[in-house]
Amino acid sequence: MTDPLLEVRNLRVAYPSAHGYSDALRGISFTLGREKLGIVGESGSGKSTAGRAIMRLLPPKARVTADALRLSGFDLLGASERQMRDIRGGRIAMILQDPRYALNPLKTVGAQIMESYRIHIKGSRAEARDRMLAMLEDVRIRDPQRVTGLYPHELSGGMGQRVMIAMMLIPSPKLVIADEPTSALDVTVRGQILDVLNERVEAQGAGLILISHDLPLVSDFCDRVLVMYGGQIMEELAAHDLSQASHPYTIALNASLPPLDHAVDELIVPEYDPTWLTEATE
Amino acid sequence: MSAGDLANSVSSNRSASSMRWGRAAREFLKTAASVSVTILGLLALTFFIGRLLPLDPVLAILGDDASQEAYERMVIKLGLDKPMWEQFITYLWNSLHFDFGMSLTSGKPVTEDILRVFPATLELATVAMILGTGLGIPLGVLAAANRDTWIDQVVRVISLIGYSAPIFWLGLLGLVVFYAGLGWVGAPGRIDIVYQYDLETRTGLYLIDSLLAGRLDIFADVFGRIVMPAAILAYGAMAYISRMTRSFMLEQLSQEYIIAAQAKGASRLSVVWGHAFPNIAVQLVTVVALSYAFLLEGAVLTETVFAWPGFGRYLTTALLRADMNAVLGCTLIVGLIFITLNLLSDVFYRIFDPRTR
Repeated sequence: MTDPLLEVRNLRVAYPSAHGYSDALRGISFTLGREKLGIVGESGSGKSTAGRAIMRLLPPKARVTADALRLSGFDLLGASERQMRDIRGGRIAMILQDPRYALNPLKTVGAQIMESYRIHIKGSRAEARDRMLAMLEDVRIRDPQRVTGLYPHELSGGMGQRVMIAMMLIPSPKLVIADEPTSALDVTVRGQILDVLNERVEAQGAGLILISHDLPLVSDFCDRVLVMYGGQIMEELAAHDLSQASHPYTIALNASLPPLDHAVDELIVPEYDPTWLTEATE
Repeated sequence: MSAGDLANSVSSNRSASSMRWGRAAREFLKTAASVSVTILGLLALTFFIGRLLPLDPVLAILGDDASQEAYERMVIKLGLDKPMWEQFITYLWNSLHFDFGMSLTSGKPVTEDILRVFPATLELATVAMILGTGLGIPLGVLAAANRDTWIDQVVRVISLIGYSAPIFWLGLLGLVVFYAGLGWVGAPGRIDIVYQYDLETRTGLYLIDSLLAGRLDIFADVFGRIVMPAAILAYGAMAYISRMTRSFMLEQLSQEYIIAAQAKGASRLSVVWGHAFPNIAVQLVTVVALSYAFLLEGAVLTETVFAWPGFGRYLTTALLRADMNAVLGCTLIVGLIFITLNLLSDVFYRIFDPRTR
């Protein structure tokens, strides 16, 4: 395979503001194969914007530019809206943070999953229904027959997120962008949801981008990590090296976590250095 | 949901269904109780308005120069000599039987008058509401889906005119242009005098009565006359409904589940009408019910300009002539309309939104 699954070069996003444009992303570049890539950073660092820019789901007023934004060689920025609709869900899936808000409150679980399937795959309703039930089993929902008839408000958080995974992965996309998939969940079910996600992504041979602010989770789960700050990538490193990071921002992030094995008097609030943001601007 | 889905959810919820019915019955009783209390409050309010107004009902009937003897006889006849609570009970009892007394101006029972004028307003308001809702909702959705584009601006201007143009002016303008000038619509008045006594009134709604009688000539006349006033009332309703629809839609379109639907690859049409729109249905029903209630209250200005023998004109005339029985009867009817429409939108809400089941 010559083309990587995803190639991002110098991706920039800017929003119109009172004084011209203000940047949300200032030129980020990375490539992704069939691997698990973590993107970490604090709120406002641009990690979610990056995920949505790849799917072209930002509001129309956002100005998105890039030297390259390609999915298996296919130019995403040049694609028509019609082509993007096939790609969204069909080739790239997105798992959103909170199933309580990301599922349509008036549609049953079954209807929402089947809709996903039938947008991308031609076939009868009965076929879609069978696939939907199988998919619910794949995300380890015990009683799929019953769950299909439930409405989102009748689901627990963990169950809701399984439904979301089923809904987004049922058309077998090649790239999955999970935007804080466990942040809204109880700590006790986070592990299960990540297991399910991992299992599905590996079974479908897809690549995964996990967007999170949870450093230990990302370093456990992913192969590689991008550390973002202020709309730029500060540092890229192998996930298991996260604790031995060299960039001062990553070190500061690590230091702001309370360690479990010894007591510290005071947690450190990262101190920002403006020079971090100037290095990438030409 | 297919039959299969339904069968599934029914079989798995069988144990829960008896519990659900119990809950529904309790909800119904609660609603019935609150409606009764509201109606009782409404009755009490109209009763006290009737007593507190500085209007002597006896003088209103007999005239200023009635003799003392005649005056006292009328006081006894009207029951005004009895204690207040007894008067109130009598008032309650009569009102519950829709007996509001005699109208001073027409000399007929108020109930009979209302039954005569109300269908005229009901017909006008209903046609106006169908037009206003049918245009207002799509316009509002269109504006929200194309926020801040020229489409949004055009819809905004259209509804701003609807808000701010005075109805009597629009009505006269409409008559000058479309009736006097172009001759496209019928004259003011509800029906041609030729047909007035020719039409057998079964429902009181002339559009339906003329069809039931198989008289297409009458239908054409009635239709030609209702179009203009209905269009003018509809314009105001449309302006309100489209603005509300737009803001409800904008709220829904910014929700996470819309992003999720887009991320699934759903088309723009399906995102707007299939995902967002059903979520505003409950709010919309409330808005539509409320504007319908306002229209049913009778539009005095429109009814005057178009010589429409409706509820609004009747009520206004009664007010100006201090015809208290008619005023209180009408007030009660308006109150009942609001309570009924409120109740209906509440019922719709419970049926439509799974979160309230």
